[in-house]
Amino acid sequence: MMIDELSFAFSLVVSGLSIGLMYSLIALGFVLVYKATDAINFAQGEFVMLAGFVAAGVAAVEGMPILAAIIAAVAVMVLFSFALERVVLRPLLGRPIVAVIMATIGLGAILRGLPPLTVGGQTQSLSLPIGDEPFVIGPAVLPPIQVVGVIVSLLFLGAFTWFFLKSRMGVAMRAVADNQQVAMAMGINVQRYFALAWAMAGIVSALGGVIWGSMLGVDTHLALVGLKVFPVVILGGLDSIVGAVIGGLIVGVVESIAAGYLDPFVGGGTKDFAPYVLMIVMLMFKPYGLFGQRRIERV
Amino acid sequence: MAPGCPQRSLLRRLHVTRARRMTAVTSPARVAATASPVSDPAQPLPHQETKVQLSIDRVSKRFGGVTAVEDVSIDVPHGGILSIIGPNGAGKTSLLNMISGFYTPDNGRITLEGRDITRRRPHQVAALGIARTFQNIALFSGLTVLDNLMLGRHVRMRSGVLRSVIYWGLAQREEIAHREVCEELIDFLKLQDLRKQPTGALAYGLRKRVELGRALALEPRIILLDEPMGGMNQDEKEDMARYILDVNQERGITVVLIEHDMGVVMDISDRVIVLDRGRKIAEGSPAEVQRSPAVIAAYLGAKKGKQSP
Repeated sequence: MMIDELSFAFSLVVSGLSIGLMYSLIALGFVLVYKATDAINFAQGEFVMLAGFVAAGVAAVEGMPILAAIIAAVAVMVLFSFALERVVLRPLLGRPIVAVIMATIGLGAILRGLPPLTVGGQTQSLSLPIGDEPFVIGPAVLPPIQVVGVIVSLLFLGAFTWFFLKSRMGVAMRAVADNQQVAMAMGINVQRYFALAWAMAGIVSALGGVIWGSMLGVDTHLALVGLKVFPVVILGGLDSIVGAVIGGLIVGVVESIAAGYLDPFVGGGTKDFAPYVLMIVMLMFKPYGLFGQRRIERV
Repeated sequence: MAPGCPQRSLLRRLHVTRARRMTAVTSPARVAATASPVSDPAQPLPHQETKVQLSIDRVSKRFGGVTAVEDVSIDVPHGGILSIIGPNGAGKTSLLNMISGFYTPDNGRITLEGRDITRRRPHQVAALGIARTFQNIALFSGLTVLDNLMLGRHVRMRSGVLRSVIYWGLAQREEIAHREVCEELIDFLKLQDLRKQPTGALAYGLRKRVELGRALALEPRIILLDEPMGGMNQDEKEDMARYILDVNQERGITVVLIEHDMGVVMDISDRVIVLDRGRKIAEGSPAEVQRSPAVIAAYLGAKKGKQSP
């Protein structure tokens, strides 16, 4: 009995960690943009959804390899992010932050309206050629798509961490994030780095869209995954990459455990509820998150 | 504004340097040496025979109804130290912001070595060889001293993700070359032990010094210093004054300085410009400016006027 309890808990934690890493990947897109450009992207979930539709659309074409679908999703999302930065957000530079928030919320609503308008409201399938053989770690069983999600997430989180800590462009991007004016005086083309940050957000959204899309099916509900970004980044700190990882893991584990232990009593739904309770508690006690930079505004 | 004892000591200590530079600046050999663009072999500009390096021509800037700078003309000669002084709100920093591209003048033209830079953006101005420091310390506080300096090298690096992936070896070699420039600056500014320290943790005077180093890492032709000694104690001021003189004399970089400490300004400047309420009210050698009635009335005050010969 005791053993069963333990292995149940263990499998909840493992599943939570793997889901959490996939949240981290999406949250990374949010953090990159916030860190470099100070813009809060409320349409991050819709980015993921859009990528899912692009991938599913391309994959549905007869004889099209899945790799082409993934490449198409990445390409479309990078171009889309570039265009968004250029057309919508650049004119808003220097305006109150609320303007950017409203713009991205509006954009999110438009994007959610697009699929029913064009390809219809039905759920499309997007299957990666990875077989059905579940992955077993002790008592925990992971569906193969989650394993792929974990590997891709780890790969990209590692790559981005390297980029920011070691690469010249990454250091320059941190400089831009730190102080745009001074970065300009150092000869850094700030707008180019804004575009780069958005492009990177586009890449992680595309990967998120492919992975989450093949796990849940592609429809407008995919955008809801993006809502989980908020507890993740509030927990970890809006501007911290490490925070995005840890925040993602915490949210993943918390919702998995809540679902495993509370759902039988209340009849479901705790999975979507618990992360936000955690978020609000965090905001009350540590508003900058676990790894966020405390910003002191000087007037 | 009357010079107190600490300033006297600074004056005395710097006196020798000043005497040296007075003779040095006038000698033709010295002028020739500074005129050659030693500061930047990577990007030579068409060499101008004129001695004016940076020309600010009848520049104005208004913010709403407030005129920050009005019809100001300044010719910055090659290789000297030119100071801009004036009471708070005189338009000194606005002028610097126009030179470095943060503000676009409403009227007038700014040219660097004959090239119009009036409407260039800040990163372009920096790439053309004008570096600056800021009134409030503006280091990237999360980055180390070395990373801050390396960012100064940014304009000298060939950019592009693709390029650095394809030519990995080349990028590595380039990195090493830039690192050497920064190491030389670290030696120059005596920051050896602080290389890997995040700048946010450093003492005030040191941070100002790192900021100077970061601007120097651009290998500029002209360096704009906005109150490099603001908030410093006397020792720190002396150190900074010496570094500025070295930057000017040993590295041949033209210095444009905004500073409130009159002792320092009068001691190290070749030329002084006085602004008051956005207008230029005097220009000349430190001695000339100190004697100017307009300056005494507007800036130094009646008390100082009585003391001057």
